[in-house]
Amino acid sequence: MTKEPEDVSTTIEPTVRVETRRQPMPPRERLERVFQIENLTASYGPKPAIRNVSLDVYKNLVTAIIGPSGCGKSTFIRCLNRMNDLIPHFRQTGTIRYHGQDILARDVDPVAVRRTIGMVFQRPNPFPKSIYDNVAWGLKVLGMRDDLDGRVERALTQAALWDEVKDRLKASALSLSGGQQQRLCIARAIAVEPDVVLMDEPASALDPIATQAIEQLMHDLKRSYSIVIVTHNMQQAARVADMTAFFSISTGEEGERFGELVEYDATEKIFTAPADRRTEDYVTGRFG
Amino acid sequence: MSVHGLSRSQQRSDRLARRRAVNRLMETLAWLSAALAVAVLGVVVWSVAARGAGALNLDLLTKPPVPFSLTPVKQGVANAFAGTIVIVGLATAMALPVGILVAIYVNEFARPAARSGITLALDVLNGVPAIVIGIFVFGLLVVGRGQSGLAGAFALACLMLPLVARSTMEVLSLVPSSLREASLALGVPRWRTTLSIVLPQTIGGVLTGTTLAVARIAGETAPLLFTSSIVGTQVSWDPHRALQTVPVAIFELSESPDPADHARAWAAALVLLVFILFASLGARWLATRSRRKLGAAR
Repeated sequence: MTKEPEDVSTTIEPTVRVETRRQPMPPRERLERVFQIENLTASYGPKPAIRNVSLDVYKNLVTAIIGPSGCGKSTFIRCLNRMNDLIPHFRQTGTIRYHGQDILARDVDPVAVRRTIGMVFQRPNPFPKSIYDNVAWGLKVLGMRDDLDGRVERALTQAALWDEVKDRLKASALSLSGGQQQRLCIARAIAVEPDVVLMDEPASALDPIATQAIEQLMHDLKRSYSIVIVTHNMQQAARVADMTAFFSISTGEEGERFGELVEYDATEKIFTAPADRRTEDYVTGRFG
Repeated sequence: MSVHGLSRSQQRSDRLARRRAVNRLMETLAWLSAALAVAVLGVVVWSVAARGAGALNLDLLTKPPVPFSLTPVKQGVANAFAGTIVIVGLATAMALPVGILVAIYVNEFARPAARSGITLALDVLNGVPAIVIGIFVFGLLVVGRGQSGLAGAFALACLMLPLVARSTMEVLSLVPSSLREASLALGVPRWRTTLSIVLPQTIGGVLTGTTLAVARIAGETAPLLFTSSIVGTQVSWDPHRALQTVPVAIFELSESPDPADHARAWAAALVLLVFILFASLGARWLATRSRRKLGAAR
């Protein structure tokens, strides 16, 4: 893995350093929108999780969701591929238009949604199968059987894991380190050629070196995919994301607590000149 | 003041001594109860072994019984062993797939209300006396058609079903949900996720539950009296006919006037006991093994 030399000495104030090597973003109206989310409200039984979240996710960008624990970041990202459907008593209202089609509509099959919107989870969760089968199993089940070996190799290469595992593809995936397992999970997700990759705190269970590898990977992956990442690590959001959404916890009229979107803007803007006081408090470390 | 303080601490140490005595008493009672439970098993095993070991020989397993012989002949209860193998095998073949499917439905697909309803139903079914199951199957399959090994197997399957289903449910709930999510997030349908990802994780646990259930039903007598007990003496493997089974044979031999039959009853009981003992040990071994494997996958 080649590492670009990073300038660490310039970090003085505030706590978060925004990298400047990120490409300047084209004006937002010219970007293609992958998701248009309007008034998304979700609850677990009587307990509200998020209320009235509206934002657009753009193609081939990394969009980060940041905010304190319990602000509904994970709930939000799991709405995007209907993963919350599996939780009993979960309810969601509003619309999530994915390339114009509302994926919360009754006639939409969540299996088809998840087929094009992949997900990487907080803790690495490889199947208890071989490294090869972890990537190949999804391909086989979904009928992508042509050039199986080539597809597996490409996915592992894209996930920056191929060189480390090419000599032991038949070994159990559980023998890999945590960071390698997470990259294997990324390879598994991108092997089936999704359109969007959702990442729910993908580096929170990993050490700094593995985290760096995953972040580097995101820079490369956004050329082919649109990425939405949940993170509670602000530095990480600043490093990898083009757009950043800040969620916070609010208290409703009846004292119930729920997450809501406070501010959504280009990452540089969120970290250097946030419009909302709450965002500023959070990114400068005064709260959270 | 100091006198008052002294008497108080005196009082306190009295109370402490009483508490210690009560504690020792309760501990002793609990220990005695545990010892009693082990002793019951010990006495049963010992008395069966003592009485059955003498008549235990290869003839018991390989030779059919010979009724009304005036000279002593080599005989056994081979027909009962054959029948038990057929009936328990068929019962397992009936109960195992249904039990696993019930567990899959409850654990993977059912809504919480249906889940608790079915769980309760399984627990009630587990508590239904075996003789009630016997009468039920007698009315359902035996009246008008006659007894058969199939009817007996069906009755035993009814007893086995809740055992298999409950133990499968238990291991299914041990499979980490992150594995299901990993598969579902790829766009794999739920049935395929269950079949290819979840179920293979549970094989050890399902085997454990099945082994225990087999051990349990192999000794059932009451349902078989209604469904498969009017039998001949020849060895038969045909489930369309009534088949002799080990527990029923023990029951019938023990009613015989011939003391040699009593000895054979004890010997057959010993074989059954040893089988159940080994099945339980095997189940335990399988269980620890699969727990360890599941733990590693977490």
